[in-house]
Amino acid sequence: MSEEPAMSEAMSTGEAESQLVIDIRGATKVFNPGRSNRVEALAEIDMAVEPGEFVTLIGPSGCGKSTLLRLVASLISPSSGSVQVNAKPAEQARLDRDYGMAFQTAGLFDWRTVTKNIELPLELMGWSKGDRRRRASEMLELVKLSEFAKHHPNELSGGMQQRVAIARALAFSPSLLLMDEPFGALDEMTREHMQDELLRIWEETETTVVFVTHSIPEAVYLSTRVVVMSPRPGTIASTIDVDLGDRSAATRDDPAFFKKVTEVRIALREVEG
Amino acid sequence: MNALKGFSAPIVAGVVLFGLWQGVLSLFNPDGFVLPAPSEIVGALIDNWDEVYQGVRITGFVVVSGLIAGIILGILAALLVTRFRTANETITPLAVAVNAIPIIALAPIFNNWFGLTSPRSNQAIVVALVFFPIFINTTRGLTQVDRSQVELMESYAASRSRITREVRIPNAMPFFFTALKLATSLAVIAAIVAEYFGGRQDALGPMITQSAGLTRYDEAWAAVLASTAIGAVLHFAVLVLERVAMPWHSLIRNPK
Repeated sequence: MSEEPAMSEAMSTGEAESQLVIDIRGATKVFNPGRSNRVEALAEIDMAVEPGEFVTLIGPSGCGKSTLLRLVASLISPSSGSVQVNAKPAEQARLDRDYGMAFQTAGLFDWRTVTKNIELPLELMGWSKGDRRRRASEMLELVKLSEFAKHHPNELSGGMQQRVAIARALAFSPSLLLMDEPFGALDEMTREHMQDELLRIWEETETTVVFVTHSIPEAVYLSTRVVVMSPRPGTIASTIDVDLGDRSAATRDDPAFFKKVTEVRIALREVEG
Repeated sequence: MNALKGFSAPIVAGVVLFGLWQGVLSLFNPDGFVLPAPSEIVGALIDNWDEVYQGVRITGFVVVSGLIAGIILGILAALLVTRFRTANETITPLAVAVNAIPIIALAPIFNNWFGLTSPRSNQAIVVALVFFPIFINTTRGLTQVDRSQVELMESYAASRSRITREVRIPNAMPFFFTALKLATSLAVIAAIVAEYFGGRQDALGPMITQSAGLTRYDEAWAAVLASTAIGAVLHFAVLVLERVAMPWHSLIRNPK
């Protein structure tokens, strides 16, 4: 915790307000308004994320965590309130391609090779062929899949596909990475391995991450901050700061880790109770 | 060599089948009245080569031209209903309703429209029969896309037409080829049956009805064999096209 206050202090000396990566104020989301199947998915959400944070959204099914992530991504728009990303409306941030996104299903294109999948966002941004190739091979190195460059996604395991999806999300060096339960479909061993990979990449690339999960250990292991959400309608119930220093295999057996896990579990129990 | 491997089993099975056919007939049915032996059919094919060849040209043209027109119309309609909501709301129910008509039953009526000896009516039957499986399957392939792939493209601020090109069209490919395989065999059936009712008299359809009417069953079978050849060649062409169009597909990369 020794360095973090210094970091936020440094920021507050600048324009602290405009430095926020995500700034959500009073955002609500109602699906099918005015109809019998109306659903109040999110009610009055306020949330701010600073650069370099790793924020996890956790909560029971139907708590609106994925909806909140989609608001940030501007894949849906809020019914009221405002969502700002990099000090501009989320819609504009999407058009400026300020963030990369990864989903629960890797969402790779079977008709493209691994390299071509990673190049997809770069193609859309009009990068030259040489630049695309170079960046794709850098990203493959980052996720340690260089020897699979010319393979097709359906020849890779689930964990490898997810690594390609992360490489694709990071390919154009977005300052923000949005992840919707990206490891949900993986087995426990692969999952822990992927978590370490993600943390390594997060440190190397200095991105800000917002990560949706319903695994408590995953949330605690990955995050600098865990946001606990409650359902019907989705609200932020509590926020738990996590300071476990550099993560390693030992962290998972650390009493401090278990203490945080318990803390989050209690917060979740209150939400569900 | 590997490619041949896949064919060896069906070739052996075919040879055995024809051998049995020939053997059983030479034992029990020396007149070749009900079912001619393969040797007689091949003999009739050689004797009537010019007529059969002409028939293949005429019927083959009806099949291929009808197939191409049906495919183009089917794809265009699928793109239209996927892109425009109103098109979907008007064309789709209409197409489903029209599809309930047994189209082949319209052959005599079409003859009336296009002229009894014109191949146009036969082509129209083929087009109508090919259109529906292509239209319905391609539409399904264009719409049943992985939600996260579309969201991903939206997150990159990709345009609608770009999403169609990058996600919807490749996704529709396997659906389209499944329909195309069905459509090619339908097209041959449609052309032959439609020819029973009219169109050019030197086509394969009339050759079958006329030969059978004159109890020249070996010639009728020779014409059936020729129409089978059209279907087989087209099916093979579709398989080749499929490989060229989607070499990435798992069925092609890891055939079972």
